[in-house]
Amino acid sequence: MSESPTSSKTSRLLGVAVALGAIALVLLAFIAVEPDVRINAETGQEIGQFDAVRLLFVHVPAALIAYLAFTVTTVGSAVVLWKRSVWWDVVAGASAEIGALCAALTLITGSIWGRPIWNTWWEWGDVRLLTTLVLFMLSLGYLAVRRLEGTATERARRSAIVGLLLFLNVVIVNRSVEWWASQTLHQKSTIADATIEGNTLFTLFFAMVVGVGAYVWMMIHRFRLAWLERMSDRFGTDDLLAARRAEADDHARIASAVGGTSPEGESS
Amino acid sequence: MVEARPRVGGAAQAVLVAKKDLRIEARSRVAINQVVPFALLVLVLFGFALDADTAALRNFAPGLFWLAVLLAAVLAVHRSVSVESGDGVGDALLLAGLRPDAVFVGKTLALGGQLLALAVVLLGGIVVLYGASIEDAGLLVITLIAAVIGIASTGTVYGALLAGQQARETVLPMLLLPVLSPVLIAATRAWGDAMGTVATDGWAWLALLAGFAAIYSLVGAMSYGTLLEAAHV
Amino acid sequence: MDSVVSLRQAIVLLGGFPALAGADLDVRSGEAVLLQGPNGAGKTTILRLCAGLARLESGTAEVLGVDLATDRVAVRPHVAYAGHRSMLYDELTVAENIDFWGAASAVNDDERWAAADRLAVDERLHDVEVRRLSAGQRRRVSLAVAAARRPSLWLLDEPHAGLDQAGRDVVDQLIADATDAGASVLIASHELDRVRRSAGRTVTVAGGRVLEAVARG
Repeated sequence: MSESPTSSKTSRLLGVAVALGAIALVLLAFIAVEPDVRINAETGQEIGQFDAVRLLFVHVPAALIAYLAFTVTTVGSAVVLWKRSVWWDVVAGASAEIGALCAALTLITGSIWGRPIWNTWWEWGDVRLLTTLVLFMLSLGYLAVRRLEGTATERARRSAIVGLLLFLNVVIVNRSVEWWASQTLHQKSTIADATIEGNTLFTLFFAMVVGVGAYVWMMIHRFRLAWLERMSDRFGTDDLLAARRAEADDHARIASAVGGTSPEGESS
Repeated sequence: MVEARPRVGGAAQAVLVAKKDLRIEARSRVAINQVVPFALLVLVLFGFALDADTAALRNFAPGLFWLAVLLAAVLAVHRSVSVESGDGVGDALLLAGLRPDAVFVGKTLALGGQLLALAVVLLGGIVVLYGASIEDAGLLVITLIAAVIGIASTGTVYGALLAGQQARETVLPMLLLPVLSPVLIAATRAWGDAMGTVATDGWAWLALLAGFAAIYSLVGAMSYGTLLEAAHV
Repeated sequence: MDSVVSLRQAIVLLGGFPALAGADLDVRSGEAVLLQGPNGAGKTTILRLCAGLARLESGTAEVLGVDLATDRVAVRPHVAYAGHRSMLYDELTVAENIDFWGAASAVNDDERWAAADRLAVDERLHDVEVRRLSAGQRRRVSLAVAAARRPSLWLLDEPHAGLDQAGRDVVDQLIADATDAGASVLIASHELDRVRRSAGRTVTVAGGRVLEAVARG
């Protein structure tokens, strides 16, 4: 087995644990958890989320990780501006990439869940949905800013400002959307007062643990990859510096070969 | 060895920068000849898109108005940034010893002034084209001012962030428009109240707009120095 | 004599490229120094570093008593940097540019226009937009803006390029006046014969370093 430059003993162990956890999660979600079916006491009809409840085991951890990841990005951005830390700049960028992925996953699974449960792919009245959508779009903007041209330092500071504003913007958007949704005619959507218990509760908890493990595993690899890129830039700089100095030595040698005169001919 | 030099006050510097931007606009007429016609065109296209349904247009007039303002604002921000991207002007601004927060305020004022003029023209547009009627002029005007300050300060911040970038034209809208979505929501609601199309408390929405404008004015004033340095090194 | 510029092993990276690879340079007050060397040697970067525009990566750099490693901003109002670019608003007239930049640097009206006269900015051009000017005319306006600030250190990058004979004489006079007034001048130029007449000292720059200090004279 060839050594991956971004893995270590710890990260391989974590990777194996997360992979096993994911398999266990699939088994739990499809076998151990019963479909959510309840009987309405008055009408005697079957109600509940039926098989769609199984989507929660992806949806909830994805949402959790998305918000966790962007919190890490914001913290990292603050440290970059405060202490000019390269390490935190790399962490902030890596975390935002995973966060954007998880935000997209949250939106997609939420939409698939909404189709049978709310009878619509999209619910304009749901504040969390709208906030997550805007967060996803803001994060795409942040990632676009990270890819802009400039030196590593310039890019780090620029991204850090956008990263800090990301948090501020999400808070403002959340407040305004909440207020907006509560004043529209749309009914405020609530998950049918399902009491989550037993196997479902355990599986959900297990899914969050696996999700956080996956986040940490992805962070380690994404961080190490980005860090190696930075290091290769730095080694590149050392080579360039040596080449640049050789250029100066050549110039001096030519000058002395001409007989103690500079190329422009003035004697010292 | 560096001795103190007489300095111009921050407010005077801001006015100086604002007057300079407005003078350049008066001469080049980019806002009047390109941005205003674009925004009016958007209003006309909304009319086509909504199948010239007068009741719907009247109903949605506030939202369509603010969406047209946001789209036009993106163009205006591009112009505001490109004014400073002249031959070595970025270096010159740093060397002149202007306070960055004063430059921010000046550029925001100039951009806000242009957006305000644009909004007045567009207001005429929705009255004529959509049959919008004004019921609470006070709320309408104050909302307009608060929203324009919010848009102008946000635009100046994100514009400076992208100064000197080739990708500016594509990145600016995707960065700016999600950030401005609360302004779209709040200004539309407040104008809905002022135009009698929505039963809501417009003044409460105005408070949200004022808060947004205050936050971004503060953020801009504090971060503009860092942004200028990052853009011109 | 006070040292106005003092660079020790100064390294400056431009987009990862070491434009300066450990440069040492000293300039005393009232001195005019010519930087000579091939294209891409790092002359412009030395000037930009001294102006507080380029970031010092490592080494030490002190200009006008300001440590550039910790504070690049404080030095800026006291230097005049004139490079290949006009540093003027193309869409404003000559007079509007002179007024704007003068007001921005707290230079009073008389000093602004005295500087413009000293650089022989043609009065008929005052109401012409900068974008309509020739490169040489722009250079004069931009030098006039810088001169009005009475800088302690002049950083001139190819100041003669694109100027006619009269313009070149004006630049030489500017350098002489600056050193007479006790200011220091650092000039990057390929016009060695011309600049040597104004400069007290010539140093050669190559490969991002200062090679040798050629003797005074």
